[in-house]
Amino acid sequence: MLAFIISRILQALPVMAVVALISFAMFAYVGDPVAIMLGQDFTEQQRQALVASLGLDQPFFVQFAKFIWNALQGEFGLSYRLSRPVAGLIQERAPATLELALCAALVSLCIGVPMGVYTGLYRNSWLSRFFLTFSLIGVSLPTFLIGILLILVFSVWLGWLPSFGRGDTVQIGWWSTGLLTVSGLKALVLPSVTLGMFQLTLIMRLVRAEMLEVLRTDYIKFARARGLGNRAINFGHALKNTLVPVITVAGLQLGGIIAFAIVTETVFQWPGMGLLFIQSVNSADIPVMAAYLMLIALVFVTINLVVDLLYYAVDPRLRVGGAKRGH
Amino acid sequence: MAPLLEVRDLRVEFPTRRGVLTALDGVSFSIAPGEVLGVVGESGAGKSMTGAAIIGLLEPPGRIAGGQILLNGKRIDNLRYEQMRRIRGREIGAIFQDPLTTLNPLYTVGEQLVETIQTHLGLDGAEARKRAIGWLEMVGIPAAAQRVDSYPHEFSGGMRQRVVIALALCAEPKLIVADEPTTALDVSIQAQVIALLKGLARDKGTSMMLVTHDMGVIAETADRVAVMYAGRIAETGPVREVVKHPKHPYSAGLMASIPPLDRKVEHLAQIDGAMPRLSAIPRGCAFNPRCPEVFARCLVERPVLLATGATEAACWLYDAASEKHAPEAMPHG
Repeated sequence: MLAFIISRILQALPVMAVVALISFAMFAYVGDPVAIMLGQDFTEQQRQALVASLGLDQPFFVQFAKFIWNALQGEFGLSYRLSRPVAGLIQERAPATLELALCAALVSLCIGVPMGVYTGLYRNSWLSRFFLTFSLIGVSLPTFLIGILLILVFSVWLGWLPSFGRGDTVQIGWWSTGLLTVSGLKALVLPSVTLGMFQLTLIMRLVRAEMLEVLRTDYIKFARARGLGNRAINFGHALKNTLVPVITVAGLQLGGIIAFAIVTETVFQWPGMGLLFIQSVNSADIPVMAAYLMLIALVFVTINLVVDLLYYAVDPRLRVGGAKRGH
Repeated sequence: MAPLLEVRDLRVEFPTRRGVLTALDGVSFSIAPGEVLGVVGESGAGKSMTGAAIIGLLEPPGRIAGGQILLNGKRIDNLRYEQMRRIRGREIGAIFQDPLTTLNPLYTVGEQLVETIQTHLGLDGAEARKRAIGWLEMVGIPAAAQRVDSYPHEFSGGMRQRVVIALALCAEPKLIVADEPTTALDVSIQAQVIALLKGLARDKGTSMMLVTHDMGVIAETADRVAVMYAGRIAETGPVREVVKHPKHPYSAGLMASIPPLDRKVEHLAQIDGAMPRLSAIPRGCAFNPRCPEVFARCLVERPVLLATGATEAACWLYDAASEKHAPEAMPHG
């Protein structure tokens, strides 16, 4: 088990290194930070002083090594746009995005899995057909449109939920949470649903397809022939056998939710990393973009590791022979 | 002795877009307590479907359209799902063909045994586990106390089929429906598994319906045999009689196609043609296009089971009212 984890982490290192290289390359190839920071009016001395202070006069590999070294310590330099440390900016914004992403993932799992099981078990009932039609809408409508429609209905027409922002937050250490206040929770509803909608429909369709597949297998027929109860068969035997692909997709989707919350955060003016990233792109704020890229890569790598560990927990066949690949 | 299982005039239909297909038609037989009934026939003859109908697990849209199935004199074909669930496993156990796919890969064999035992016998966990180990010992799993915590993939095919047998028997049903229990196994393992099944059934006084296309298995294990063809029973009788002196031309052809071990043959005997599809079962006797003895009556009138000495055959050759020829004109073979 420990060997497996270590081997997975070792595999993740090259991935992170490549991402770091790409992030770093942005500094060299996307825009000229010196020109951006100096503005219109500067002397040659000022320019050279800035180049030297940013370390831009050193060879590529020295700069890259420095970048990695700093990154390992959570140090990504100053934001060009806000002239504040990037790490602090991200630390400020990350809780908002992570809370939103987790809520969206919970919404999609807690609703998507039962809907998938239901439509798999009773595939000809009218409710199943309704779910499937509804899921088609969820898959095909773009996120921003769903967000705008939800705002229109629940904020503008009904006035039940706020249309933007995070509501009141409570500070726990450096983590600012919106989960402990009523307005914070209310503010979470619409963005979570918007962000989780696509995942929800995807997970529902996946669970349904897997259930249909599993229910046809011999071991389910044999479980029926043994006279087991419906609940034991449907949930204990069938659903558990659908979990491996569901975990894979849900894991990757969670990464996707965190990384691509950008659209939802923009629609709802959610003060998270996605919004920060979009604003940084607009002003070529490379340190923020680089840090964001690395953070997202780290999120994906971590989630993949967790997914592999979950395979282990679910499927005993993968446990034989030590660190077998879970794919 | 009153039969344990009685199937009367069973008819199973599959509604399809092109009309209703009749998969089983007029199937009647009974199994006495402790008796082993072998059911043979070609693929698609309806052997497995008969088993599925008895345990109440016909694949939808298949349905029982007529006839009755009685267990201990009580009808079980019209029970609700939940009532039938209590009978499955407890009164009628089932063994399937492929042990590699019959066990849930995510649970240990012990968990699956305990689950079955607890469902039917209501024992507490420790007691159920003790029984589970006992059953694994009984079916010949070495080191059962350790192996009880192994997953199915850690067993070989033959061992897995032993586990399946333990699962089918662990709530001590009166009847086992074994659907091709050895077909997926190595030949060397087949004999062991059959011997085990036969021995356990004898010790526990369990009746068995043994579905197979292997005449050797039937000859070795069964007391009586039913030969099925195109969803109907062609002949039924004591296993020795049917093997040595088959009366129905189809059974005769089936027996003749078993290659003899004691002499060399140039060509293996075969029955020409193929079994008709369900959508194209001919009028009269379903076997008439392939039958070497066919005569006018076979083409129009469907034969019923007629007593012919020790066996019963669904063949007009054995009806005195048939005009063609006398029953001593035995089919080739």
